[in-house]
Amino acid sequence: MPTFLKRLLGVIVIAILLFALNAFLGEQGLFGFGAPPYYSRIVMLAGINVILAVSLNLITGFTGQFSIGHAGFMAVGAYSSAYLAVYHAGVWEQSLAKIVGGSLAHALVFLLLIGVGALGAAIAGLVVGIPSLRLRGDYLAIVTLGFAEIIRIVILNIDKVGGATGFSVPGYTNFIWVGAFAILTIVIVYNIVHSDAGRALVSIREDELAAEAMGINTTRYKVLAFVISSALAGVAGVLFGHYTQFLSTNDFQFIRSFEVIIMIVLGGMGSLTGSVLGAIVITVLPEALRRLPGDFSKYRLVIYAALLIIIMLTRPQGVLGQRELGFSWLKRPQRQPEGGGTVGASKGVPIAQRGSAKADHKKEIDDR
Amino acid sequence: MDTLLQQIINGLTVGAIYALIALGYTMVYGILRLINFAHGDIYMLGAFVGYFLAFQLGFATGPSLLGLGMVLIGSMIVAALAGMAIERFAYRPVRKYARMTTLITAIGVSLFIENLFVAKLGAAPRAFPQLLREQSYPLFGNAAISKSQILIFAVSVALMLLLQWIIFKTRVGTAMRAVSFNLNSAKLMGINTDVIISITFALGSALAAAGGVLTAQYNPQIDPLMGILTGLKAFVAAVLGGIGNIPGAVLGGLLIGLAETFVVGYGQNVGIPSTFRDAVAFAILILVLLFRPTGLLGSTVQEKV
Repeated sequence: MPTFLKRLLGVIVIAILLFALNAFLGEQGLFGFGAPPYYSRIVMLAGINVILAVSLNLITGFTGQFSIGHAGFMAVGAYSSAYLAVYHAGVWEQSLAKIVGGSLAHALVFLLLIGVGALGAAIAGLVVGIPSLRLRGDYLAIVTLGFAEIIRIVILNIDKVGGATGFSVPGYTNFIWVGAFAILTIVIVYNIVHSDAGRALVSIREDELAAEAMGINTTRYKVLAFVISSALAGVAGVLFGHYTQFLSTNDFQFIRSFEVIIMIVLGGMGSLTGSVLGAIVITVLPEALRRLPGDFSKYRLVIYAALLIIIMLTRPQGVLGQRELGFSWLKRPQRQPEGGGTVGASKGVPIAQRGSAKADHKKEIDDR
Repeated sequence: MDTLLQQIINGLTVGAIYALIALGYTMVYGILRLINFAHGDIYMLGAFVGYFLAFQLGFATGPSLLGLGMVLIGSMIVAALAGMAIERFAYRPVRKYARMTTLITAIGVSLFIENLFVAKLGAAPRAFPQLLREQSYPLFGNAAISKSQILIFAVSVALMLLLQWIIFKTRVGTAMRAVSFNLNSAKLMGINTDVIISITFALGSALAAAGGVLTAQYNPQIDPLMGILTGLKAFVAAVLGGIGNIPGAVLGGLLIGLAETFVVGYGQNVGIPSTFRDAVAFAILILVLLFRPTGLLGSTVQEKV
């Protein structure tokens, strides 16, 4: 079967699945079966977290630049689209509906809002990235965290988007959007990572100085990865805002950025399927712990934190390390680069086994 | 003029607390290259231990200097033990792994302490008992300095001098400097690095706990989440001064304390709302790091291939 047919088939199957799942998670249900709103909320948030985790993995997992500012870019996306939705989108939708019909107009306007949110977050990513990506390691981390907090406090002081009281936003998001953009994010990041640019990014992670010596414009690639990552975080923000229908700057505190980092480290940095897994686990785990009997449920967040520590103690490279899960059936053998599957791993020796986690630290200590 | 003086006094008070906490961050970072995110929670723990000690020992009813001293020292000891326990059971096992792993562990410990306190004690703020009879001494004009402010200055300066003495005049301090210079070489020289790291955590945690009790005395409201933002700003102070650098941490703390107070006091005049108080620390940090990428007093590290 030709590749394009295969792809078309894939897209159609995914579309059907998304529509079916959306109906299942929605209010009406599918053929009388429907998920309770509590569960559908978890699924939606998991989908949004997948976008956040996979996009952060591009900059932190594959490029090795430690950013704790993801919540800030999410906030930019959420608020810029919310501003348009509240003050302008209604008029656009009405005039568009006269031409193409109501539901298509609704979808087109939301697509536009997502685009605006992504663009806003990308611009923020560029503004933050150019000066801060000159810094290394922990300095970069604390500066990105600082920028995110500044973004949050600036938004808090804009009265037009609600300020401290919060901002009511029209709802647009349903599972079709979340699922489609989660898949799109994975595809985008997968393709970047497996392109020339991706090789450059991985080389920056492995040894920035060596990469520079090989003629890679490290600043350019780092900013590129940062901007793409921010734009995708912006998309997640838009979806989040129009799903919860209420935005408060408290949703974008640095603890949210930490959560995303926890997802990617838990799943395994430099593993896309790991990020997806981490995002789902971190979304579901606190909710699942609610089911603990009696007094234990009071301590659910304590148990959650303890589990986090235990996972780090027992599996420091994350659940998947840098390996991928079940991607082999997606790969077309003829286009595989020499050296095989996972990015960054040389033939036959997965990086996780080379113990790069350990080696890194040793090198660091030796460097002092 | 007197309002300016008053603002400076208030700013230095806040700054001294930041400096005390920043010292712990900077010492741990200097030795382990670890951002100890749980440090802010140790500060909170110190305040709470002080709170319970004051009630248990019966000092909550009547202010007395003796009571304050006992509460302060007691909470410093408990916090030092807590810091050592955290190091032993959470950080030591992951020390050999990548930075990200230790960092997530630190975040995990921080969440653990916060959530444990919220679950046990509730998230509602509590009123810290008055251990010092509050009194204000006029300086000149309308400016005045309160007793608890004098206390904060006196105790923090004393503790900083003590720390300076420990680090530069004792065997343990020499070992600490050796470990922060190069962990493996220090080991080869026969230094028991595990013990030194443990002592570093104890010292840092004790300073943070002192900061917690002093803050609670100055601004008598404590809650289990009070350490998050304060801890973060103290960390920013440490980075601002050049992380790993002890005078730098003090300088950074004082600068951030002053800047915050000025934003609240004078920000309105230049169009900065007082809600930017929490952003100013980060803004200063970003500006400084753009021109001095290793902080004010930090030394540049030559990259090696």
